[in-house]
Amino acid sequence: MTFAGFAEPPRLVLVGNPNCGKTALFNALTGSRQKVANYPGVTVERKEGQFVSPLGHRVRLIDLPGTYSLRARSPDEEVTRDVVLGRFVHEARPDVIVCVADATNLRLNLRLVLELRKLGQPMILALNMMDMADKQGRSIDAAALSAELGMPVVPTVAIRRDGVAGLLEQIDRTMAVVGAVAGNGGRPAPCGWSEPTSHDLRGYHQNVEAILAVAMRNAGRPSEVTHRIDHVLLHPALGLAILLSLLFLVFQAVFAWAEAPKNLIDAGLGALKDLIVMGMAEGPLKSLITDGVIAGVGSVVIFLPQILILFFFIQVLEDSGYMARAAFLLDRLMGGVGLHGRAFIPLLSSFACAVPGIMASRTIESRADRLATIMIAPLMTCSARLPVYALLIAAFVPDRMVAGGWISLPGLVMFILYAAGISSALIVAFVLKRTVFKGERPPLLMELPAYRWPRPRDVVLGLFERARTFLVRAGTIIFAIGVVLWFLASFPVAPDGATGPAINYSLAGIFGHWLAPILAPIGFGWQITIALIPAMAAREVLVAALGTVYALSETGDALQTSLSGVLATNWSLPTALSLLAWVVFAPQCVSTLSVVKRETNSWFWPAVMFTYLTILAYAGAFVTYRLSLFLLGS
Amino acid sequence: MSKDRSTNAARLVRAPTQRLSAQRLSTLGRGEQVTVIGIDETDVASSLPPGELERRLIEMGLVEGASVVAMHEGFPGRDPIAIRVNDHKIALRRAEAHAVLVVPRA
Repeated sequence: MTFAGFAEPPRLVLVGNPNCGKTALFNALTGSRQKVANYPGVTVERKEGQFVSPLGHRVRLIDLPGTYSLRARSPDEEVTRDVVLGRFVHEARPDVIVCVADATNLRLNLRLVLELRKLGQPMILALNMMDMADKQGRSIDAAALSAELGMPVVPTVAIRRDGVAGLLEQIDRTMAVVGAVAGNGGRPAPCGWSEPTSHDLRGYHQNVEAILAVAMRNAGRPSEVTHRIDHVLLHPALGLAILLSLLFLVFQAVFAWAEAPKNLIDAGLGALKDLIVMGMAEGPLKSLITDGVIAGVGSVVIFLPQILILFFFIQVLEDSGYMARAAFLLDRLMGGVGLHGRAFIPLLSSFACAVPGIMASRTIESRADRLATIMIAPLMTCSARLPVYALLIAAFVPDRMVAGGWISLPGLVMFILYAAGISSALIVAFVLKRTVFKGERPPLLMELPAYRWPRPRDVVLGLFERARTFLVRAGTIIFAIGVVLWFLASFPVAPDGATGPAINYSLAGIFGHWLAPILAPIGFGWQITIALIPAMAAREVLVAALGTVYALSETGDALQTSLSGVLATNWSLPTALSLLAWVVFAPQCVSTLSVVKRETNSWFWPAVMFTYLTILAYAGAFVTYRLSLFLLGS
Repeated sequence: MSKDRSTNAARLVRAPTQRLSAQRLSTLGRGEQVTVIGIDETDVASSLPPGELERRLIEMGLVEGASVVAMHEGFPGRDPIAIRVNDHKIALRRAEAHAVLVVPRA
C-alpha cells in the first residue's frame, strides 16, 4: 500500500551529526531489512532499508553518512550533500528528510538542523537519546522547539523497543501532508541552501541560542561519567598502555576463541567431502569439486570465526566511542610520521580488509593525507592474511605458553607479524610525507563522543554485514580462482608412465618452474611459486592454492594429514619464516589494487603500490631467509 | 572570504577591553575555564584555503560565547588537547587552537 499522491513508496533520508545515534535509529526502524550498495560513480556505501508505517504504508529509508555541515569536506559528506540536494543522476531528491539530533547535545546538533531547513524539503526532527537527556535532567519542550523550527519534533529512544513509535506515527502524518500537496499539483519549495560563509555560520549559532532560550526548560547537568572514564583512558601514559594492551588482547582472543568453531567447520567440510567421494564416480568433475571447490572455498571459510571475532572487537570499539579516543591518543605519534590521527580508523579497518579501509580513508579531507593512508593501508595485516599466518604458525610454531604461562607462543608470533606490518607502514608513511606528499598537516578537529554501551542488536547487524561481505567474496572471487587454479594444476594431465607428481606437468607447474629461479634466493620452492600465482587474486587464496598444490602432488598418507602437517614436513623453518615475511608485504590482492584505482581515479597509484610492495616483500623475505639460515646454522 | 575577515576584525575592535586580556586557546592548561570571544586564523599555518579553518571551528561549536574547559592532553608534547565545548567534547591540536581567542571565565 502506498501513500495517497505517491506512485511508489516514498523515500526518506536520515541525516545527522556523527555520533547522534543515527545508525541505531536506522536499525530500530528497519530491523534486518537492509541492503548495502554503492552510490554510482563514488564508492561511498549506500545503506537502504524498508519498513511499514503504522498505517500500513511501505517506506524506503536511506541512512546517509554523518556530517556536521552540508559544506562537505570529504567524499563521505559530499554524498550526504548531493543526496539531499538531489544532485545524483539516478537518485531523486528525497521526499522527506528525517534529521536526527542528539538531545544531550542540542546546541551543536541544531545548527545542522537549521542548515537543512534551508533546503525547503519536508522535514521531521527526531530528538534522539531522550532517555539520556532525561537522566541528565534536561527538559526540552518539544512543542516549543517544533514551533520555533517550523517542523514536527519527535522524541526518540532508538535503543528502546517502543522508542521509535512516535517517529513512525509522525512519518504517516507528514507523508499524508506531502502527498496531499503533491496530489493538488503542489511543487516542492525551492532550495534556499547555498554554501554558508563564516558569517552565516555565526548567524546559525545565534539562532540556535535564541531557539534554546525558548525551548530548553532546564539545561540539566551533563553526565560526568564520560569525563571520569576519559581521565583514565586519555591519560598520556596510562591511556596509551591501555590501548596497546587492548590491541594485544584482541589478537589473543582471535586465536583462543576461534578454536572450537573452527574445528566444527573443519569437521563439516570433511564430512561433505567424504560424502562426495563416496557418492560420485571417479573423474575430472569429482576432482574439481573435492580438490578445487571444497578445498579452495573451505580453507577460507574455516577462518570465518577468527575474522568475525576481529570484526566484533572493531564494531564494539566503534560503537562504544573508544575509536575517537584511540585517534586522539595516537595523533601525535602518528603525526610524527606525518599521518592524520583520523587515519587510525581506515588503518584499523584495514586489519579486517584493506578494501573497506581504503574506502574509509574518504573521511580524511586532505588528498595528500588520504593518499599516504591509502598507500600504507595494505601493510596493515588484513584478515585475509590470517589464514596464511595461522597455517604457517600451526605448522612451525610449537603451541606452548611462554613468559610464565601468560602468553601463548603462537599468539606472540602473530603479534610480531602484526607489529612488523604496522612498523613498516609507519616507515613508508614517514618517507612518503617527506618526499612525495610534502606540506602542512591538515587540522585535527574531532568530536569525542560520550561513551555508550554498544547495543547487541547494532553490533550483530554490523557483524552480519561484514560477515556477508566476506562470504560473498569467498564464494565468488575465491570460488572462481579455485576453479581456475584447479584447471591450471590439473591440465595438461601427466603423460602415461610419468614418475613425478602430476602437477609437475600442468600449466601451473610450468609457470612455477619458470618463476622458481627468481624466488629461489628467498627460499621458495616451486610449490610456493605455483601457489603465489593464483594468490594474486587475494591473499587468502594462498592457503587454498597450497592446499590444492599439495593435495594434487602428494599421494597416500600425505593426503590424510592436514595441510599444516604437510608443510611442516616439506618446508624448512627459514622457508616458512621467509614466506611469512613475504606475506607481511605482499601486494597479492587484485581487489585492493582495483579499489585504489577506483578511489584515486588513476592507474598510477595502484602501479606505485604494486611496485613498492613487491620490492619490500622480496627484500623482506630475502633478509628473513638469509638471516634465519645463518642463525639456524643450516 | 575577505569580507568575513573584516567583520571578524571589527568585532574584536569593538571589544577593546576583552581584546587586551584575550589569550589563545592553544595556551590553555588542564582545568582552565574560558569563554570564546573570537576567531583569528591569520597566524595559523594551514593547508586549508583562507577562512576554512574558521568555518570548521565554528561548525564544531567554537563560536563567540561558547564556554570551554580544557580537559585532557595528548602525548608527547601535551598535544593534541581535548576540550569541553558547552555540552560536547572535541579534540584539536594546539596549532589550530591558536586561532581561537578566549578570555578567562569569571
